[in-house]
Amino acid sequence: MADNIIRIENVTKQFAGGVKAVDSANFNIERGEFFSLLGPSGCGKTTLLRMIAGFEFPTDGEIYIDGQASALIPSYKRPTNMVFQSYAIFPHLNVFDNIAYGLRKDRLSRRELKRRVDEALAMIHLEGFGARRGDQLSGGQRQRVALARALIKRPKVLLLDEPLGALDKKLREEMQIELRELQKNVGITFVFVTHDQEEALSMSDRIAVMGKGVVLQIAPPKELYEAPNSVEVATFIGNINLIDATVRSVAGNEVTLDGPGFGQFRAPAIDGLKTGQKLTAAIRPEKLSLTASRPGANYVEGTIKASAYLGDRSHHHVHVKGRPTPVAVAAQNMDRSMTIGIDPSKPVYVTWDPRSLILLKS
Amino acid sequence: MTKPTRAAKRMGDPGGFLAIFALAYLLFLYVPVLFLPVFSFNDSIFVTFPLKGFTTKWYEQAFADQDMLRALTASLQVGAIASVTATILGLLGAKAVTRYRMPGQNVVTGLIMMPLFIPEIMLGIALLILVNTLFIPLGLFTITIGHIMLCTPFAMAVLTSRLDGFDKSLEEASMDLGESPWMTFWRVTFPLVAPGIISSMLLSFIVSFDEFLLSFFLQGQQPTLPVYIWSQLRFPNKLPGVLALGAVILIVSCILVVIAEWVRQIGTDERKVGVA
Ligand SMILES: Nc1ncnc2c1ncn2[C@@H]1O[C@H](COP(=O)(O)OP(=O)(O)O)[C@@H](O)[C@H]1O
Ligand SMILES: [Mg+2]
Repeated sequence: MADNIIRIENVTKQFAGGVKAVDSANFNIERGEFFSLLGPSGCGKTTLLRMIAGFEFPTDGEIYIDGQASALIPSYKRPTNMVFQSYAIFPHLNVFDNIAYGLRKDRLSRRELKRRVDEALAMIHLEGFGARRGDQLSGGQRQRVALARALIKRPKVLLLDEPLGALDKKLREEMQIELRELQKNVGITFVFVTHDQEEALSMSDRIAVMGKGVVLQIAPPKELYEAPNSVEVATFIGNINLIDATVRSVAGNEVTLDGPGFGQFRAPAIDGLKTGQKLTAAIRPEKLSLTASRPGANYVEGTIKASAYLGDRSHHHVHVKGRPTPVAVAAQNMDRSMTIGIDPSKPVYVTWDPRSLILLKS
Repeated sequence: MTKPTRAAKRMGDPGGFLAIFALAYLLFLYVPVLFLPVFSFNDSIFVTFPLKGFTTKWYEQAFADQDMLRALTASLQVGAIASVTATILGLLGAKAVTRYRMPGQNVVTGLIMMPLFIPEIMLGIALLILVNTLFIPLGLFTITIGHIMLCTPFAMAVLTSRLDGFDKSLEEASMDLGESPWMTFWRVTFPLVAPGIISSMLLSFIVSFDEFLLSFFLQGQQPTLPVYIWSQLRFPNKLPGVLALGAVILIVSCILVVIAEWVRQIGTDERKVGVA
């Protein structure tokens, strides 16, 4: 059995106004894991995180932190610490006192306190910043101080609510790497909230995708991307082409389907398929390729409606007769030729490996 | 007058009309008030121009007046108790409305703010009836109760804006770092709200100190200073003494207002507080 530091059991949070921010969430977080809560704004990520922190209490369900039932324990008695979205640096204290804030009860000697804070300052690369006031720091520095202030408590779980959201793109990418390194070094479980799917994919061991208060899927980044379990997850993570399809026949682990514009096509079978059943077939744009000559099988014919050159790759929208939306194709620019997409009057062929198709039941 | 004109130019007012208007307005506001100190040093019992000569005898007379000193003491006492109590009530109220959501919140806030909008004379009559019905003897105690009622909305308004102004996650961060709500109040909320508490106390004190109507209705044997001054206006020979007293109050009020404003500035621009 996995060593779970957090167990969320049937946790529901209904606010006074009637909003069900979190609806029967059920999952575990392993010790030492970098776990992300990912979902669009308003889907309940912060509420779930705040219930783990002890700022909100579930209307129903139980939260176990390191084996202890904690749903109703207030935040100041929990072995968790949080990095707030606004960083919440105390404006009336300097950096040293901000970082030392949570150590009051440990009754350390002055020397020991200074050693601990200096160590924390070194960890976040802000040596010598102890006397600065919180409001004399840049966004990135505030973020680091918030991190040090929480980590100096040596929590069992560190909770982070969109900690990189306020930083500019370059700094954000640097911090993603640094944060991941830091997590590996300290070995503390991180629960990381973000609405940025790339951020979640690049940093996490596992990701819980949320939508409208419901946890839709929990999986490692690769599995989430390559094997989403629902249309919501498939469309939220990356781009994907969806085909409303009908099952024609099932033969062993292969299924033949029929979809508008695509005609009959093959895909890997999933459990419990019946002839005539309606479902959604999905394929990622980078799993499709374009050719000017007609392939043998597994293709559709179309015309390029629009192309965007992005340096390393190009995005094409291919209009396929009988299909309401264009097919998105992402092609690696592997040579310097510029032939594809130049002549919109000529037909192109979109082709794929049938194993790249994902079948999603509604 | 180069300065106002240059400032006016910068503000896109080339003719300087705004500057002239502002100057006229300030004169209109402050010249009457300046009569107070001017006549308080005038060596004549009549408050008319031309001035006669310089004297400080009115100050001596005023501060030798035992009744006046008792009234001043009464006002200071009432002001001190009313401002501290109103500020505590205002802080609790402000904390409640800014930090919690509860049913009927707007109604409660409205009721607390109401004394600001009820004509004071109505408030005075109502309180007088209440006090009489309850057989509470009139005196400084009843005046103080009235002043607390009057000052609490001011205190609450000052403190609500102060509490609204700071990030609620600061208090959460403190609790997250292991401090109880009580310690959080002392380590985070109080230091951040302190400038608001000081301006609330100063404001409440000034409101209480020059309050006349409620004190008049609710007084017992001992009048407060404004009530005493009003009673003295019947005696022409006391008028210069009242002016001397008024001049002193004016100076002290000015100092208080400057302090209040200074504290408020510290509060809003945290950078100005020295690095520890
Ligand atoms: N204190 C609250 N009272 C009422 N509704 C709330 C409260 N906090 C959040 N909500 C609602 O709960 C839902 C989820 O919010 P939140 O957890 O902040 O989402 P996210 O962090 O994913 O953007 C939203 O509809 C939000 O309006
Ligand atoms: Mg959020």
